[in-house]
Amino acid sequence: MTAQYFLQLVISGLVIGSIYSAVALGFVIIYKATRVVNFAQGELLMVGAYVCYAFLVQMHVPFGVALLLTIGFSMVLAMIIERLILRPMIGEPIISIIMVTIGLSLVLRSAVSVVWGTDILVFEPKLFPQETITLAGMPVSLEFVWCFVLSIFLLAVFSVFFKYSKAGVAMRATAFNQQVAQSMGISVKYIFAMSWVISAVVSGIGGVLIGNINGINNTLYHFGLKVFPATILGGLDSILGAALGGMIIGVLENLSDGLCNTYFGLSGVKEVAPYIILVVILMIKPYGLFGTKEIERV
Amino acid sequence: MHFCGDYRTSYQKDMEILQTPVTKIFVTAFFLCLLAWPLVVKSEYLWITMQIIIAVIGAVGLNILTGFTGQISLGQGAFLGVGAYTSAYITAKMGLPFWVGVPAAGVVTAMAGMIFGVPSLRLKGLYLAIATLASQFILEWVFLRWEPVTGGSYGIVVPRPSIGGYVFDTDRSFYYIVLIIAAVMVLFAANLMRTRTGRAFMAVRDHYISAEIMGINLFKYRILSFAVSSFYAGVAGALYGHSLRYVSSEQFNIGVSITYLAMIIIGGLGSILGSIYGAVFMMLLPKLLTVVTTNLSASFPGIAEVAIALEQGVFGAIIILFLVFEPDGLAHRWKMIKAYWKLYPFSY
Repeated sequence: MTAQYFLQLVISGLVIGSIYSAVALGFVIIYKATRVVNFAQGELLMVGAYVCYAFLVQMHVPFGVALLLTIGFSMVLAMIIERLILRPMIGEPIISIIMVTIGLSLVLRSAVSVVWGTDILVFEPKLFPQETITLAGMPVSLEFVWCFVLSIFLLAVFSVFFKYSKAGVAMRATAFNQQVAQSMGISVKYIFAMSWVISAVVSGIGGVLIGNINGINNTLYHFGLKVFPATILGGLDSILGAALGGMIIGVLENLSDGLCNTYFGLSGVKEVAPYIILVVILMIKPYGLFGTKEIERV
Repeated sequence: MHFCGDYRTSYQKDMEILQTPVTKIFVTAFFLCLLAWPLVVKSEYLWITMQIIIAVIGAVGLNILTGFTGQISLGQGAFLGVGAYTSAYITAKMGLPFWVGVPAAGVVTAMAGMIFGVPSLRLKGLYLAIATLASQFILEWVFLRWEPVTGGSYGIVVPRPSIGGYVFDTDRSFYYIVLIIAAVMVLFAANLMRTRTGRAFMAVRDHYISAEIMGINLFKYRILSFAVSSFYAGVAGALYGHSLRYVSSEQFNIGVSITYLAMIIIGGLGSILGSIYGAVFMMLLPKLLTVVTTNLSASFPGIAEVAIALEQGVFGAIIILFLVFEPDGLAHRWKMIKAYWKLYPFSY
């Protein structure tokens, strides 16, 4: 394996990883504030991508406006989901919550297939310039770079948001202890709704980015399944962990695929590598790189 | 839950599976009906009944793990697959009889379950759910890629069982094998929950720290629960493979795991009867939806193209509605209905 090939794998891994990061970020925001495990995160990404497609290509809205409309749509959708589906589930066991988000994912998937069909759709006026730049001696498409930069930007914004803004601090307080937060005058319902809104918006933006690069079809929700390796690696309730975890998983799955392909002639390792990594992490360090450790002893 | 007018005076009486004469008569009659069923119905309905009975085995197994021991598993579909492939390999490629293949499928799957259950030593709740989700994807990948054993994307053609020259090659004859295996396994599960092991499972579910203080070896019972549950999944998967006469990897995807979880949640967690209700409900639902969409497509021509997607959406919506409005499942609702009539008109 040449150094050139290795670098290529790392860079393309980072790009896919930055999308994983965006989705994982959305997942962690919900988990952090509400302790809900959202199995429908990938579907939120898919809905974002399709809605943007509808505005941009089907209704010929300029990109900036289309993006804003998509964000608006994601917000409304998230509020409806939170109010109608997740709020009645407060206090229910974790299995019910997992199941209800799985049900939600099926509904969203079906809605997308019914409205837009199952063909691959391509964003027509491209958002990013179709040029390539040379990075470490190899050509990299500029849209990948933009995608990467945007993911880093989102990560920075949310790190600052959780650390310094009043709403961010309120969300952390809610995550820490709902009763105490409520008695300090924080509206827990409002925080729950807000975390869903933020999460849907982040995923929606991720969807728009990936839609710009690869085009969209109804298997886009697969990104949501990579959220679990990414967040477990980074730590389930860590923003930084989600971002790093997504990148690392992206790189590792590409590298393991490339390695197994060159040396063992084994193809398709990409699909399974993240989950093997996931099991290994769960065995040795279940709370991930930056997650909060919950220690229980008898 | 016990109501007034409940005159059980000994523990033995309290622990009985069928508690009243009426239930005894009813269950016996129901079983006799099931025995007579193939003689009266069309083969199409018989096929659905057989699939429901197979699903009951799998659902009872999952309920032992998730409902009784409190360990969420998103990998039941893959474990069904392990059973199906084991039995397929033994019968089709090694040429051994069905009567070896099915128990072997159970044992091999139980061992696979124990391996994938090892993380339960340290993990619980959400983390375990994610670990089992990973095992689902890993096993699915193995099914597709381990071609010498699984046949890769071609799958394996599986024979029907035979005994002393008589081949159970019709659905009617195979139905009886499935029915008897299912009856034995359901009965075993119901009895298991009355033993120390079953009570230990429930103690681990309800409060694992207290359970450990009471002298229950957590690791042993968690792994045991995985083993028993996977054994059920293995047998169900093997029977499924033999009923279809064909095993391939897409029959055991994540969707199957979700369907099984939905079965036990809709039926009732921690209830054997609930697993049966849930399996019947979830197996009949797609058939019902197909009937509805076919009828609707007469008046709305566009609906046929989106029928599959629509069915998936309705399936998801029903899961959501059940969890929001009926979180304790069908078994609980049935209990409430019975209690209502039993206590009428003084429902306190």
